[in-house]
Amino acid sequence: MTTFLQTLVSTLSIGSLYALIALGYTLVYGVLRFINFAHSDVVTLGTWITVSLAGAFGWAASGSPAFALPVILILTMAICAAVGITLEFLAYRPLRRAPRLNVLITAIGVSLFLQNFGQLKWVFGPRYAGSPALLEDRTLVTVFGVGIQLVDVVILLLAVGLVFALEMLVFRTRLGRGMRAVSFDERIASLMGVNVNRVITLTFGIGSALAAAGGLIFTLKYSKIGQTADQTWVLLGLKAFVAAVVGGIGNVRGAAAGALLIAGVEQFGAAYLSPKLQDVYVFLILIAVLLLKPSGLLGKAVTEKV
Amino acid sequence: MALLEVKDLHVHYGGIHALKGVSFSVEAGTIVTLIGANGAGKTTTLRGISALVKPSKGSVTFNGKVITNTPPHEIVGLGLSHVPEGRGIFANLSVDENLQMGAYLRRDAAGVAKDRDKALELFPRIRERLQQNAGTLSGGEQQMLAIARALIARPKLLLLDEPSLGLAPQIVALIFQIVKAIAKDGTTILLVEQNAHMALKVATTAHVLEVGTLVKSGPAAELASDDAIRKAYLGVH
Repeated sequence: MTTFLQTLVSTLSIGSLYALIALGYTLVYGVLRFINFAHSDVVTLGTWITVSLAGAFGWAASGSPAFALPVILILTMAICAAVGITLEFLAYRPLRRAPRLNVLITAIGVSLFLQNFGQLKWVFGPRYAGSPALLEDRTLVTVFGVGIQLVDVVILLLAVGLVFALEMLVFRTRLGRGMRAVSFDERIASLMGVNVNRVITLTFGIGSALAAAGGLIFTLKYSKIGQTADQTWVLLGLKAFVAAVVGGIGNVRGAAAGALLIAGVEQFGAAYLSPKLQDVYVFLILIAVLLLKPSGLLGKAVTEKV
Repeated sequence: MALLEVKDLHVHYGGIHALKGVSFSVEAGTIVTLIGANGAGKTTTLRGISALVKPSKGSVTFNGKVITNTPPHEIVGLGLSHVPEGRGIFANLSVDENLQMGAYLRRDAAGVAKDRDKALELFPRIRERLQQNAGTLSGGEQQMLAIARALIARPKLLLLDEPSLGLAPQIVALIFQIVKAIAKDGTTILLVEQNAHMALKVATTAHVLEVGTLVKSGPAAELASDDAIRKAYLGVH
C-alpha cells in the first residue's frame, strides 16, 4: 500500500510536468502540423530562467517569501512566451510555404542553437546549477505512511490550473475557436476573418509559456539543473512528446491524458518491475499505441461526409 | 459605380497561366454568374477576388476600394464573404461554432444574434443540428451551413463557388431558391456554377469562361437562349 501510494503521488507530479510540456507540442502541431523539436529547449530555458531570476532576487536559498514562486512563475512564463514568439517569427514564419521537412530540419537547428547558446559563459554557462528553494520542504499530511509533500501538491495544482485555463481558452473563447479553425484549414479560417499569422504567434506564445511552467516545476522537483545541452532535457522532451503522441497529437485533452499514462507506466514500472528499465516502458507504450491505435488514445480520424 | 470591379485579372499557378486577363463588374443588387467547364478558371477568379491566390496582374476594386493587396482576413471585414468550393465547413467544430466563425470579426453581439436568427430562418434544418459536429452533416446541410455562416458576416457581396456540387436535384433546387431569396433581401451575389441551367435561371447577368478568358457576357436570359451556349453548357442539341 505504501509503495502504491508513493508511486501514485510521483505519477501525478511527474505526469503534471510531462503534461505541461506535451501541451506545447500538441498545440503547435495542431495549428502548423509540424513537430517543434526546439520545444524541449524552451523548457530548459524555463528552468534556467527560474534559477537565474531566483538568484537575482536573492530567493535561491530557503526562507524566500511566499510570493517568490508566483512572481518567478509569471516572469518565466512571460520571458519564454516572448522567446517562443521570436523563434516562430525568425525561424519558422519565413518557411510557412516551404515543405514540412524543411521546417522540421529548421526546428532541429533551432534546438541545437538554443542548447549551445545557453552554454555560453555570459548566458547560463557550461555548468550544473542547484535548484532554488522556492518552496518550503514540508510534509502536509501522512497517509498510510506516505508523506504528501507540499511540492507535489503545488505542482499538481499548478498543472491542473494551467491545463484547465488552456481548455477554457481553446474551447470557450473566440481565440480558441480561431485556433481550432486554423488547425482545420488555415485558408478557410482566413476567409472568416481570422488573422492566421496572429493565431500562430499566440499559439507559440502559449505553448512556450506552458513549457516555462514545466521548466519551473522541474526546478521544484529536482535539485540539480543540467547545462542547456545536457542529455536530461532531450529525454524529458522526448517523453513529453511521446505523451502527446500517445494521447493523440493535436488534441489538448489527449496530451494531458497521455502524460498521466506515460508517467504512470514509468513510475509503476520502476517501482514494481525494475527502475533500470523505466525509460523502456515509456517507449513500449508508444510502440503499442502506434500499433493498435495510431491516431492516439483520444485522437480520432475525422470522418467527413461529402 | 459597380460594387465589384475586376480588371484584367491574371493568375499563374507556377507555370500555368490559369486566368488570362478577366474583366467584369458586379452591380449592387444583382446576381452575376460565371459559368464554364471544369478548369475554365471560375474558382480561380473567386480566389483572386478574395485574395486566396495572389494575382500576377490586374486589379480588384470592391465598394470603391482597391483590394488587390488586402489580405483575405481583412477583405471579410469590408463586406465580401466567400463560400469556397467544397463548402469549407470546419468539421472539427460544432455547427453552432461554425456559425460563430462567420461572426469572427463582429463585435456587436446583439446584431450577430439577429443575423444568426435570420440565417437560421432561411435554413431551418441547420437550427435542428446546432450542437452536432459539423462533419456529420450531409452534403446539402453542409452547403446550407456554409451559406448561413457567410451571411452572419453580413456581407454586401457573397461569392458562391459551386453550391450545387455533388447535391441531389431537390436540394440543388432548394439551395437556388434560397440564393434568390438572399439576393432579394439585398445581398449582391457572384455565383460560380457548372450547373449552367440553374445558374442562368437565377442570375441577372452571366459571363462564360473558357480556359482563363471570358468569351461571352450578357443578360442571363439572353445567354440562356443563345444557341452556342445551349449546345455547349445546357446539353441541348
